[in-house]
Amino acid sequence: MAIGTAFSLAFLLLGSGLTRIRAQGEIRWAGDLQGGEPYVFRDPRDPAKLVGFEVDLMDALARRLGLPARFVQNDWSNLVPSLERGDFDLIVNGLEDTAALRGRILLSRPYFTFAEQLVVRKGSTLRTLDALKGHRVGTLASSLAHQILRSRPGIEGVLYGGQEEPYLDLQLHRTDGVLLDSVIAARYGLTKPDLEMADPDVARGTYVIGLRKGDDDLLVKVNSILEGLETDGELKRIDERWHLPVLPAAAAASSPPADEPPPATVDLAQVILFLQGAGLTVIISFLAMALAVPLGLLLALSRMYGRAPVRLLSHAYVELFRGTPVLLQLYILYYGIAPVVHLSALAAAILGLGLNYGAYESEVHRAALQSVPPGQGEAAAALGFSRWQALRLVLLPQALRTALPAMTNDLIALLKDSSLVSVITVVELTKQMTITAVDVRSWALPGALCAGLYLLMSYPLARLAARLEARLQGPVEQAVAVAAT
Amino acid sequence: MILRVRALSKSYQGRPALSGIEAEVERGETIALVGPSGGGKSTFLRCLNGLTSFDEGEVQIAGLSLAPRTSPDDPALRPLRERVGMVFQGFHLFPHLSALANITLAPAHVRREEREAAEQRARALLQRVGLGDRGDAMPAQLSGGQQQRVAIARALAMQPEILLLDEPTSALDPEMRGEVLNVLRDLAGACTMLVVTHEMSFARNVATRIWVFDQGRLVEDGTPEQVTEHPRSDRARSFFRPSG
Repeated sequence: MAIGTAFSLAFLLLGSGLTRIRAQGEIRWAGDLQGGEPYVFRDPRDPAKLVGFEVDLMDALARRLGLPARFVQNDWSNLVPSLERGDFDLIVNGLEDTAALRGRILLSRPYFTFAEQLVVRKGSTLRTLDALKGHRVGTLASSLAHQILRSRPGIEGVLYGGQEEPYLDLQLHRTDGVLLDSVIAARYGLTKPDLEMADPDVARGTYVIGLRKGDDDLLVKVNSILEGLETDGELKRIDERWHLPVLPAAAAASSPPADEPPPATVDLAQVILFLQGAGLTVIISFLAMALAVPLGLLLALSRMYGRAPVRLLSHAYVELFRGTPVLLQLYILYYGIAPVVHLSALAAAILGLGLNYGAYESEVHRAALQSVPPGQGEAAAALGFSRWQALRLVLLPQALRTALPAMTNDLIALLKDSSLVSVITVVELTKQMTITAVDVRSWALPGALCAGLYLLMSYPLARLAARLEARLQGPVEQAVAVAAT
Repeated sequence: MILRVRALSKSYQGRPALSGIEAEVERGETIALVGPSGGGKSTFLRCLNGLTSFDEGEVQIAGLSLAPRTSPDDPALRPLRERVGMVFQGFHLFPHLSALANITLAPAHVRREEREAAEQRARALLQRVGLGDRGDAMPAQLSGGQQQRVAIARALAMQPEILLLDEPTSALDPEMRGEVLNVLRDLAGACTMLVVTHEMSFARNVATRIWVFDQGRLVEDGTPEQVTEHPRSDRARSFFRPSG
């Protein structure tokens, strides 16, 4: 037993992929179910079962390998780092062959060739990438289409995490075009009645299987199986079964993927992008907090002094916004209500975080108001102050002083929570980090830079919170001096 | 007559706290409200400016009348509270404001006085309570006795027709009680005062009348001499002569 373990450990270290998967007794392959149809997704009739053209491909591959295949769910944007960690053996999920990726992991021969297709609103006059200069074009982050857009100066690329959202935003006039591969365009874009194809063959690319570096013997095996599947027509049968789009007849693509830029390095241009991301993080956080604090005060006051229906409403607001994920709230603000209220991504981000944090700030205000001794209110009443005057002149100035450290702490939390707004296409600091990490093929430097910038922003706030707290416990006149500044 | 109370009663969850109080006060009088703890004297005092509501009876104070079951938050109470000042056992100075600002806040915002005039009068009042040089001090920088004197000045700044003082010296060390009692002694006569107190010498020497409260009843109402030397009720007798 011990010897067996030692052997398999040795194989692991030697990096023989074939030996490893045989020792495992299965081959583990990863994709993201969120990618949905037609790649790999849950069978609508039997959600316990996975279906899709990549499931069929893996079934065929595993059969010829003589090992059972096991699917591993993994977030699409993190497939490569997870592969490198050893969470699974293969990436089979619409992985595109790019030079950047080639430098980092092993890639198999293609199992599907697609065209990058430009989709626009029906009747739009902007029908080529050249015409779209100065306009916003949606695509998936870290995709080949994203690289193509970035090689076209003047086009503002808008990045999404899922395939549905770029076309939704195109319908909503938030963008003027979407560049994505033909599989996605056929399923998600051209199925919408108000969208149409503008350029069916902007460029060509291929889906390949990704393998860990060092698994060269496994790569040879996978390639020979793929070649076999192609020659005996099984690949074609799978494509047809899933109605995958056939390549347009037009021969040469206008801009072949070969002219893609060399891998980026963390240079001054990248640092400037990071600083811009950090700036956006600061703007979003401070504006959201500037909304949350007065909103929270209003909620707290309605809950403490309002009539029964107002009290109930404010209570319901707090429970609703505290009890549901802010991510969901952002989605609803940006996509859910878009047909009625059309918000820009930045506005939706600030509003979403502000509305959410308002619920938390209302509890901070409420606790602070309740911590003011009851004698203060009585003294004010006995002097003839109205309730509003007592609140404004006597109770609130004292409560605010108590609330200030807690609010500063919440601002620090908000600074970091603001990274969530990347789901609605805002490229703030964290999103910039993940984009750069893919570009430069490393998480280390971008990650450190990102962490450094967050610390730079949050540390002064943390010090401020600590000072406010200390003064709160110290003599009153000092705390007042701080509150007044 | 500045205060007339008729058949005032109040109970807390069925337990009577005040029953059938009848009382009258003339302008310029100083009344000492004494009696055992829980006897109802503080509750009675708080009924007079509406901080506590009462169930039955009638209160006429400073020319205004106060109805039973008036909520302490009722805006209708505001004119009454402008004319009836109150000083609390725990001072309740506003901790975020200087002594001077504590005094000018109500004149400036309730009576909308000119800031200049309000400050001038506040300084005079501070002088009067012996704190002419502490106007800029924050409450936390003042001793308990000083804080209570500022609180008295704060109440006086509204130029009340009657001043209610709820155990103004009970939270103070013995040496500070004297300075507050001296201020009250100086005020006596110039201002109508109702003082809930345990200071028997103050009650004897300064008050024009002493009221003894026991078990929610006003059991004794007379001059200090009458009440302390010839009490009519057994309760008052045992209260003033615990040993005999």
